[in-house]
Amino acid sequence: MLAKSLEYPFDIPLLQKKKRAIKKELLASGKNFVSKKIAILGGSSTSEIKDMLELFLLKSGIEPIFYESEFNKYYEDVIFDGEELKKFKPDLIYLHTSYVNIMESPSLTDSAEDVEVKLMRLKEKFTSIWNKIQKDFNCIIVQNNFELPVYRSLGNLDFSHTAGLVNFVNKINIIFSQNAQQRAGFYINDINYLAARIGLEKWHDLGVWYSYKYALSYDAIPFLAHNLSNIIAAVYGLAKKCLVLDLDNTLWGGIIGDDGVQNIKIGNETALGEAHAGLQKYALDLKNRGVILAVCSKNEAENALEGFLHPDSVLTKDDFTSFKANWDPKHLNIKQIAKEINIGIDSLVFLDDNPAEREIVSSQLPEVSVPDIGNNIENFASYLDRAGYFEPISLLVDDLQRAKFYEGNNKREELESKFSDYGEFLSSLQMVAEIEHFSPVYLDRITQLTNKTNQFNLTTKRYALPEMVALSEDSNAITLYGRLTDKFGDNGLITVVAGTIREKELHIDLWLMSCRVLKRDMEFAIFDQIVSASLKKGLEKIVGYFYKTSKNGMVSKHYESLGFELINEDKDGSSTWEFKIDPCYKNKNKYIKVA
Amino acid sequence: MNKDNILEAMQQIFRDVFDDEGLVIDNETSAEDIEDWDSLAQINLVISMEKEFKVKFSLLELANLHNVGDMADLIGQKLQQ
Repeated sequence: MLAKSLEYPFDIPLLQKKKRAIKKELLASGKNFVSKKIAILGGSSTSEIKDMLELFLLKSGIEPIFYESEFNKYYEDVIFDGEELKKFKPDLIYLHTSYVNIMESPSLTDSAEDVEVKLMRLKEKFTSIWNKIQKDFNCIIVQNNFELPVYRSLGNLDFSHTAGLVNFVNKINIIFSQNAQQRAGFYINDINYLAARIGLEKWHDLGVWYSYKYALSYDAIPFLAHNLSNIIAAVYGLAKKCLVLDLDNTLWGGIIGDDGVQNIKIGNETALGEAHAGLQKYALDLKNRGVILAVCSKNEAENALEGFLHPDSVLTKDDFTSFKANWDPKHLNIKQIAKEINIGIDSLVFLDDNPAEREIVSSQLPEVSVPDIGNNIENFASYLDRAGYFEPISLLVDDLQRAKFYEGNNKREELESKFSDYGEFLSSLQMVAEIEHFSPVYLDRITQLTNKTNQFNLTTKRYALPEMVALSEDSNAITLYGRLTDKFGDNGLITVVAGTIREKELHIDLWLMSCRVLKRDMEFAIFDQIVSASLKKGLEKIVGYFYKTSKNGMVSKHYESLGFELINEDKDGSSTWEFKIDPCYKNKNKYIKVA
Repeated sequence: MNKDNILEAMQQIFRDVFDDEGLVIDNETSAEDIEDWDSLAQINLVISMEKEFKVKFSLLELANLHNVGDMADLIGQKLQQ
């Protein structure tokens, strides 16, 4: 199994020597790959980066097709409409730039203002690339930030003086992070952290820079490619979702069945206890941002549960979505966990201090990630962190509450089965909706929902954040979002509608809704608002479009159900609909209170 | 380690890097003899040899290499130091 060399902390000599054989092995693994077109635009050499990235992506289930810019042509390829890149139609563009691409670095004769001008020019250069990419390709962008340079000729002053390159790099990185906060579909590959983590002495190698124009050492390339592959896997929904944890000598020190709950090592009393609490804390951090936790332990269930009643336990039993404490082989339990949570077995990561257990799980279930964490508890969380299994691409409020949404759904389903009449069920939900015009605070979420909704989506048009901003400010458009709350909780922002006004008609370009709130009459509630906004603008007609895709069959009759008239139907199943607005229009929504 | 041993170990590295178990090299083998031996493969060969023999080549040393024999001699010298 050569591909094992791709598990953190990587067998780098083997990766470098046998990359061709490893690629063959991965391709022959029988995995179901998704194919993605990835353009690598480099400010320095990228061949080895491409080769390593390919291995890590194949391991994550992505079969990449690559485009590589000519050496240091990352700017030209985008700005001057590179023909080849246009033809390639990338799904994702990776901009591999680094401190060597800072063309105008600050000099000692520069005033603070001069340095500021240089900083702004660098910022402009990159924002022009990003804007152009989003305009021409509307694709995902992954951009390196800047690592710290090889030299600091000003010594420690390089950090604090405006003429210092270290100072300059820190400033441009802040600008990049601000951009990442505002731009949708844009992700930073944090090489600054990565270089610090493996150490600048190991990261930089001027030998390969002078000989082959690589801006980082050969041994750093696998780390870079791995970090990048984690982002790409996360973008395409292939990040891991669930962490399965062993108990004895993993989440706490000692064997609870033998030692008793009062004697297990957890908490600040001992160094060992503190280390186990540290791991629990890390697992809790993961859980709080949406990673599912599960227990898989060889124990009596009763003893296992008791461990979480220890006063110093950070985790409680409610933090785990699945809890398996029995004497069955672990691979059987893990299969069961995946089934219970209803996720693929390849989205699990298994953490156990016992190498024998790790071995049986990884041999019986090769799809499960089983990091070789050694047997020192103080290192377990670091291994987990550095392997980057659970890479998140954003943290929206809705992501943080996802677990709660699902909990709420279970309760709603329970309730639904108690009612004979569906209307009665809807009334009992005590739904309250907020339906308003797009507002800046929601534009991120509106864009995210627009770009990921496939089923309840009439036109499946995708918008980058800047286009959404423009749309929200267009006086010739009607834009609406809807949030829905019910007695089980807040569903968040779940529907988006946008239309443009032509003559006396509203043309609906965008109408989509999260499947989380299907069959709740939310579409009626928002349609009432579309009509009322149209009446206010003196419009007479609403025109709706259904563009058929392989996934949106559920809304083919959407406009019919709202009382629209069919105007035209294409051979491919797409259709156009009209609705004449009656000034005495009566609201269709009966069950949702609109706040 | 004599030159024959070095050449033998080098041959295995060549076979790994080019993923060709039938590959045979000798003192005269150079980039012109192996189709896939481009600049990218060149770095992989150099890096793998540095790791295998636990030596480090300088820019100057690398600039003076013309074929496999030169490389084997250089490794031999370094191992004796």
